[in-house]
Amino acid sequence: MPLVLSEEQTLLKNSAREFVKATFPVDQVRQFRDSQPGDQDKALRYSRDHWQKMAELGWAGIIFPEQYGGLGLGYAELGVVLEELGHSLAAQPFLSAVLLAGNTILLGGNEAQKQAWLPAICAGEKILALAFQETGRFSPWQVSTKAESVSNGFSISGEKRFVLDGFGADQLIVLARTSGSIGDDHGLTLFLVAPETPGLTVTSLQVLDSRNAAIIEFDNMVVSADQVISEVGKASEVLTMVFDRATAGLNAELLGTLSEAFARTLEYLKTREQFGALIGTFQALKHRAADMFCEQEHAISMTMQALRAIDNNQPDASLLISAAKARTSDAANLIGRESIQMFGGIGMTDEEDIGLYMKRARVAEMTLGDSNYHRERFAQLSGF
Amino acid sequence: MSEDEALKTFRRDIADWIEQHYPSELRQTPGADGSDPQQTKTSEQNWLQIMAEQGLLAPTWPKEYGGAGFSVDQARVLAQEQRRAKVRAIPISAGLSLLGPVLLEHGTPEQKQQHLPGIANGAVFWCQGYSEPGSGSDLASLSTRAELVGDDFIVNGQKIWTSHADDADWMFCLVRTDPNASKHEGISFLLIDMATPGISVSPIRLISGPSAFCQTFFDDVRVGKANLMGQLGQGWTLAKQLLQHERQALGSIGRGDARRALTLPELAALEIGTNAQGHIADVTIRNEVAQCELDSLALRTTMSRSADQARAGQNSAHIASMLKLYGSELTNRRHELMMSIRGTDGVGWDGPGYSPAAMRTTRQWLRAKGNSIEGGTNEIQRNVIAKRVLGLPD
Ligand SMILES: Cc1cc2nc3c(=O)[nH]c(=O)nc-3n(C[C@H](O)[C@H](O)[C@H](O)COP(=O)(O)OP(=O)(O)OC[C@H]3O[C@@H](n4cnc5c(N)ncnc54)[C@H](O)[C@@H]3O)c2cc1C
Repeated sequence: MPLVLSEEQTLLKNSAREFVKATFPVDQVRQFRDSQPGDQDKALRYSRDHWQKMAELGWAGIIFPEQYGGLGLGYAELGVVLEELGHSLAAQPFLSAVLLAGNTILLGGNEAQKQAWLPAICAGEKILALAFQETGRFSPWQVSTKAESVSNGFSISGEKRFVLDGFGADQLIVLARTSGSIGDDHGLTLFLVAPETPGLTVTSLQVLDSRNAAIIEFDNMVVSADQVISEVGKASEVLTMVFDRATAGLNAELLGTLSEAFARTLEYLKTREQFGALIGTFQALKHRAADMFCEQEHAISMTMQALRAIDNNQPDASLLISAAKARTSDAANLIGRESIQMFGGIGMTDEEDIGLYMKRARVAEMTLGDSNYHRERFAQLSGF
Repeated sequence: MSEDEALKTFRRDIADWIEQHYPSELRQTPGADGSDPQQTKTSEQNWLQIMAEQGLLAPTWPKEYGGAGFSVDQARVLAQEQRRAKVRAIPISAGLSLLGPVLLEHGTPEQKQQHLPGIANGAVFWCQGYSEPGSGSDLASLSTRAELVGDDFIVNGQKIWTSHADDADWMFCLVRTDPNASKHEGISFLLIDMATPGISVSPIRLISGPSAFCQTFFDDVRVGKANLMGQLGQGWTLAKQLLQHERQALGSIGRGDARRALTLPELAALEIGTNAQGHIADVTIRNEVAQCELDSLALRTTMSRSADQARAGQNSAHIASMLKLYGSELTNRRHELMMSIRGTDGVGWDGPGYSPAAMRTTRQWLRAKGNSIEGGTNEIQRNVIAKRVLGLPD
């Protein structure tokens, strides 16, 4: 598959751009941040209505097979939509409900679980969240949450951090250890859990990018054996694929965000005057802008390649996805830092949008592994 | 047969052909087995000759000019199959990589007939007469003068940094034909036979040792009018086009090809050793190696994307500046890292006590410094990107 958009993908991009512009003004980020108790959407930090509309356009089900109510398209198409969302810093449960939880069910679930959840995800009716992370730095097998066998199933105790869209989710998928020790990739098991289950507490977090994330605690929460997704002890096989796909998608969103930050910075260089000249005439800034451009171009190439590697079922897909996340994260970090610097004082104010871009980019950079994590994984997969 | 099918068959044929013809001596990694570079050089020459006979050095050129007449898709398949078979990349040459494409587009039928076949079969060697002592980055200020007298141009002046002028057969040269016109308008593009009386060449020694670098002097050199390429006074346009090809070619060095003796991870593993998991034992070096390998992958991917864009008719003209900028900085970083990996075993200049492979790396480290200068310095590339791509004001 060539590294350019097909005609259909270009049409999709254009309609996504229109929709995103009309639906997600950047200022929404501030509105969600400054939420008042009692306003449902504001507490959620995304809008169920908007998500519903996106589902009607087919986007919530873009990667899911038609038999489950999806569009049956590929990651190349998904990436087009996510990139556009990234341009507007649009808050929506794509990563949590579709890429993480949806994929876990698609790739690990039995037929009954798929029938029960995938059509509802595609229709935008149900939002699911995947509760897996326990450490600050992404390290998915560092799981100490325990699921112990009891007569009627399992009893789960432990704590999950940074559960994306974990507050207000309709259902949770919880990763817990059924055997082995912390750090082992075996002995991990996934459970589908209703948020009302006794012993489960959700605490909403206030995050830098004003999106929804939560701490979820389990205190002797009892679940039955038929709530297990995939096989007991085999979760890491499913999650490795899930994290790859989710990373490729998140990467596309991050690409949209860094591209927009760069475009806004260029615009500022062409309008702000000092010393009787546009600041964009200063070579010190021009040369740094040229370097930012190089980084952006590589991020585009690597992101497109990673998405297509999933669609093509390439054996080196994991390597290409890690390579893309490492490069895109570094590009986003550079552009984030440089954009604030080039805006000068105004860049430090809450009123100017550019800071919102840097904040979201920094969170996305560290979500599902930062460039250090992915560079290390790239080295391992390359065999050195 | 559908187009895809045809290309698949073509791919198989090319792969078979490479399998049958690629010399076995070149299949081993040179240096790793201590093979004599001289012998490697001879087999490399033989290989280039075998390629040239099939027109494969200039795959997209028409057959009548010594090319293979391949479509862009076919040429891409050829390149992919060469990479897959770890065939050494064709060395960048001024004739093949720089002049050829411009000559194809702008040469007269006679010029094409005269020059292209010799370039395509590797028989005729070219050098680039652009830079002058007073005109480097500000190339358009050049002052080598060519005066039209009757049917001949009389050329007087000096070129500098002319790589390979000492063994080149021809030079493509920028000269000032109208001293009264504005800076960019009075320049013309001449093809000059290096055997013409009045041309003298003297070599320049570089920080990396003896080199192909020369100064070239013109003293009343007579060049026939038929050797003017393009219109009189329109040489700057051709000159810039040629620079795009040069930048693309220089950028491509950065992606790291199969010519290198050992890959960076192999070199690091060999020199530093590996731990129980098979990882390069020094974590800091391993991290830097990973960064270089990642960045090479990024460069390669952007190169194939820009080829895809060109095929799709999307404008990617100034991508050449970016590839040159990024590629040459990456080449420099890679060589810095190779120096660090070898430590004081890599600071040998000559004589006993240092391995030939290590001394080669050291000279290459020095030579790589030129990558960010030649073909327009990287500061100039940043200027071009800022102006042409990003639209930043002057
Ligand atoms: C290995 C090698 C091979 C070469 N081969 C050839 C050849 O075959 N034929 C040929 O014609 N030439 C050749 N060159 C010459 C090359 O093109 C010039 O060296 C180059 O264009 C720079 O010119 P200069 O050396 O005069 O440096 P200068 O132009 O004097 O530059 C000096 C410094 O000033 C900076 N600078 C200059 N102008 C600006 C500006 N506007 N903004 C910011 N910084 C600026 C430069 O980037 C550089 O760092 C070769 C050079 C090298 C190193």
